[in-house]
Amino acid sequence: MISLLRTMGLTFLHMFRKRETIQYPEEKVVLHPRWRGRIVLTRDPDMGERCVGCYLCAAACPVDCISLQATEDENGRRYPEFFRINFSRCIFCGYCEEACPTYAIQLIPDFEMGEYNRQNLVYEKEDLLINSEGKYPGYNYYKVAGLAAGVKGKGEGENEEPPVDIRSLIP
Amino acid sequence: MPLAVIIMAIIYIDKKPFEAKAGKNLLETCLTLGFNLPYFCWHPAMGSVGACRQCAVRLYKDENDTTGRLVMSCMEGIRDNMYVSLDDPVARDFRSQNMEWLMTNHPHDCAVCDEGGSCHLQDMTVMTGHSYRRFRYPKRTYKNQYLGPFINHEMNRCIQCYRCVRFYKDYAGGKDLDVFAAHDHVYFGREKDGILENEFSGNLAEVCPTGVFTDKTLKQHYTRKWDMTMAPSICQHCSLGCNIIAGERYGELRQITSRYNSEVNGYFICDRGRFGYEFVNDVTRIQQPLIRNGNTGQSLFENLKTVLSAGKMIGIGSPRATLEANFALRQLVGKQNFYQGIPEHEACLIQTVLETSNGGHVHTPSLSETEQADVVLILGEDPTNSAPRLALALRQAVRKKPLDNASQANIPAWHDAALRELIQDEKGELFVAYPIETKLDELAAGTFRAAPDDIARLGFAIADCLSDAAPIPLRMDDHVLETARNIAAVLQKAERPLIVSGTSLHNVDVIKAAFNIALALQTDQRKAALCFTLPECNSVGLGMMHAPSLDTAMEDVDADTIVILENDLYRRGAKQAIDGFLAKFKNIIVLDHLHHATTGKATILLPVATFAEGEGTLVNNEGRAQRFFQVFMPKNENIRESWRWLDEFHQFCQGKMPDELNELDHLLEELVTVMPQFKGVETVAPPSGFRINGQRIPREPHRFSGRTSMQANVAVSEPKPPEDTDSPLSYTMEGYRGIPPAPLIPFYWSPGWNSGQSLHKYQIEVGGPLHGGDPGKRLFHEDLVSKAGFQDNIPCAFKPHNGETVFVPVSHIFGSDELSVYSPSVTSRTPKPYVMIGRQDAARLQVTEGDLLNVRIGGVAMDLPVKGSDALPEGLAGIPFNLPSMPGLSWPCKGTLTLLKP
Repeated sequence: MISLLRTMGLTFLHMFRKRETIQYPEEKVVLHPRWRGRIVLTRDPDMGERCVGCYLCAAACPVDCISLQATEDENGRRYPEFFRINFSRCIFCGYCEEACPTYAIQLIPDFEMGEYNRQNLVYEKEDLLINSEGKYPGYNYYKVAGLAAGVKGKGEGENEEPPVDIRSLIP
Repeated sequence: MPLAVIIMAIIYIDKKPFEAKAGKNLLETCLTLGFNLPYFCWHPAMGSVGACRQCAVRLYKDENDTTGRLVMSCMEGIRDNMYVSLDDPVARDFRSQNMEWLMTNHPHDCAVCDEGGSCHLQDMTVMTGHSYRRFRYPKRTYKNQYLGPFINHEMNRCIQCYRCVRFYKDYAGGKDLDVFAAHDHVYFGREKDGILENEFSGNLAEVCPTGVFTDKTLKQHYTRKWDMTMAPSICQHCSLGCNIIAGERYGELRQITSRYNSEVNGYFICDRGRFGYEFVNDVTRIQQPLIRNGNTGQSLFENLKTVLSAGKMIGIGSPRATLEANFALRQLVGKQNFYQGIPEHEACLIQTVLETSNGGHVHTPSLSETEQADVVLILGEDPTNSAPRLALALRQAVRKKPLDNASQANIPAWHDAALRELIQDEKGELFVAYPIETKLDELAAGTFRAAPDDIARLGFAIADCLSDAAPIPLRMDDHVLETARNIAAVLQKAERPLIVSGTSLHNVDVIKAAFNIALALQTDQRKAALCFTLPECNSVGLGMMHAPSLDTAMEDVDADTIVILENDLYRRGAKQAIDGFLAKFKNIIVLDHLHHATTGKATILLPVATFAEGEGTLVNNEGRAQRFFQVFMPKNENIRESWRWLDEFHQFCQGKMPDELNELDHLLEELVTVMPQFKGVETVAPPSGFRINGQRIPREPHRFSGRTSMQANVAVSEPKPPEDTDSPLSYTMEGYRGIPPAPLIPFYWSPGWNSGQSLHKYQIEVGGPLHGGDPGKRLFHEDLVSKAGFQDNIPCAFKPHNGETVFVPVSHIFGSDELSVYSPSVTSRTPKPYVMIGRQDAARLQVTEGDLLNVRIGGVAMDLPVKGSDALPEGLAGIPFNLPSMPGLSWPCKGTLTLLKP
């Protein structure tokens, strides 16, 4: 009997507490930058596509909802010919972001993706690619990779010696 | 072959005793025993050089020794009572540090590197535990080279293991790839940019443990190894039947890699096989059934029913179609109405080859046996161009004799560097008799350039020198007799002589002469090996059906309907003759996958599966039946295997119900019942009902990605994966993960070994047969079944006629094969049409290189530029064989050459 009254009393007191619920969607929820929501493809500081089509995100994906095809431009720079994420399958685990060696694929704090039609949850590259560097500004994969691919000359990247002159005998 | 006594030794690895074969090195023994020991420079086919220092282990003096010393296991032979430790912390640290050093200059390229996912360097880095890089200093860089349409060069990734030059120069005899510069600047490449000349350059992509040399055609539609749907397959581009793995992604064939078969191709395949696959992806493929002049209001099946149920029907088989397809056609039209789709002359050549190889008088060697030969005679054949992998085997055979001698120097067979140092340029005897220069001439102890008939006469003369019973060729030139005597003397002394001949020259006497030599060499102790190369991948299989030739069909056939199976008749003879032949028929049903002149004449054209889209069995030049499996189910349901289409035709002409139609297994059973000469083909691979623990064998690696997204653009609900009714393989990543039976290995993978180097887990011992025996079954008899003795119809010596030229077909590795030329990379290496003439003829006609000559052969006239040859005898002219840009000719042929007036 006492516990019943105590419970009712506690519930009554909660009327004077600060509200935890917000009036979504009129009022927007504030999320941390590292919150794992919608997946985007970002660009490098030169506004080139960061994705090099290495297939690591697709391999890491536990539900196999990423598929892509890598292709090359005339300089040998890799980019995805198509990049498709089936968000009706995605579990937002973020493994793809962890696997990405170029910081191209990122999960952003946006979850408002509801659709009436499941087919509309299939995102292609034009839906995924944004004009931003996302969470990792300043990073350009080709500057640290050995491949030249039109971004830099051979041996002009970060931490690279000039190309070897194979006719030289100087150590 | 002398029986080597295998001595077993007991070695102790980390204090546990193991049995090991003496004569092997410690590294391969450890791998055979199942240990994971990292290595780079050692290769099972090329031996050890001890260059990379990666396979270090600790070796102890005896069981009481606790200090021991570090040794490179690849340079250490197996001895009895050997005490080694792989797990020793010092050895482990050494391997890990060595890796860290190798990685200091390796770029952060994995994401954009084609090797990634099947990279030996990645595997070894993980294996040694070097997970984080500590090297923070500038990395060495190199400029890359253009190496042609097949191979991509990215020199920054090099770890200096020297495998590329050891394969390219030492193993494959290439001259244009080498190592340059000094100390930590060494550079592996060509002297300057240019196309890699060697026919086996594609193997660099597999031999290189990292991504310096990668497959350039794969780069154009790049897919990681783990994303490919793969199946065991057989190469379609020559008669040797090399085993390959074909990989598919998004409905497109993406890559061909070599599949190990210790008796056939071993570790390597040629560039035609590796890069000739793109005809499968050709946009001009036949996609839809086509009905011309038929009742267009009716469906295909109604049309087929009308055509097939009325009138007489004949069937034209094909040497590039499977055994099943040819048999299904034979069953459809009846035995008496089935014809081989090859000209009489070629059919006769193949029949002669079959009679000699299948008679039991001679031994038909497997490719690996040809590598063991100590004396080789090539009679009228150019293996580099007609059967390239055989040329690579012969290059190894030439080293056998000096290597045998070297065994007295107490150097083990795996000690590559020491053996090369010892034998230097010493070579075993190889003789080449061919009208023009061949690439193997550089290894030859003697070459003989003559007309095909004269080559045959040389062969008969050699046989005559070897045996009294052999017929004697009359009126021989003294210098030819002298050559014959020399060759005969060397052959007589050989322990394992090998005669290589074939159909390239389209001369039946050459084949008979080769048989005579082999017969004459036969003694009680020794059966000579006689190896023939044939024109196409299933020439033997078709030949074994003993059907009449195309010419017979053309002469005396009166029928309403002709069914042509995967065959372009316009390549088999002159246009006029084929036109006349096809005009006889009311209905022409053609089944093929690519458009050509014959499909243009079809009244009903049906699209069929290529080797990648269907199952089938091929019989190679040594009579080995081998099965290839469907790599992917074509999205287009019109594309079916030829045998399935033909079997479906039974519904219309024999009133069968759809559920009575054959499945592959039944078709093969029927084949063996109807034609007992094929006994054994049904056992070449496990039947379609075969399961391991109730599971199928998956075509996809367990890391296969994109399953729920690949087709989501079409429909978000995933379709059920296709079901394979014809084989125990499945189209999923689920199934049996262990080591499947050898004919069913879709790809090589083992925990920790993602690259093709995981192959050793599939072998009984390193370099030996696969678990359960190598795939394929020999159909030829080894015991005596025919009484055929020496052949005695010796041709007359060739005499140049004034005004008439005898044409010699010149085979080209890139160009002479019908299907591989559809690959853009192969097309770019295909020669332009030419006419090759010797010095005397050039002087007589007063032409120089590049001048146009008018060539008339029968009713065909061509203007071709002249290509000079120092070797070609007078009265002969060479024409590239079967180039797509040239009209069909019926070989052998004669004609005239006239200078075009400018």
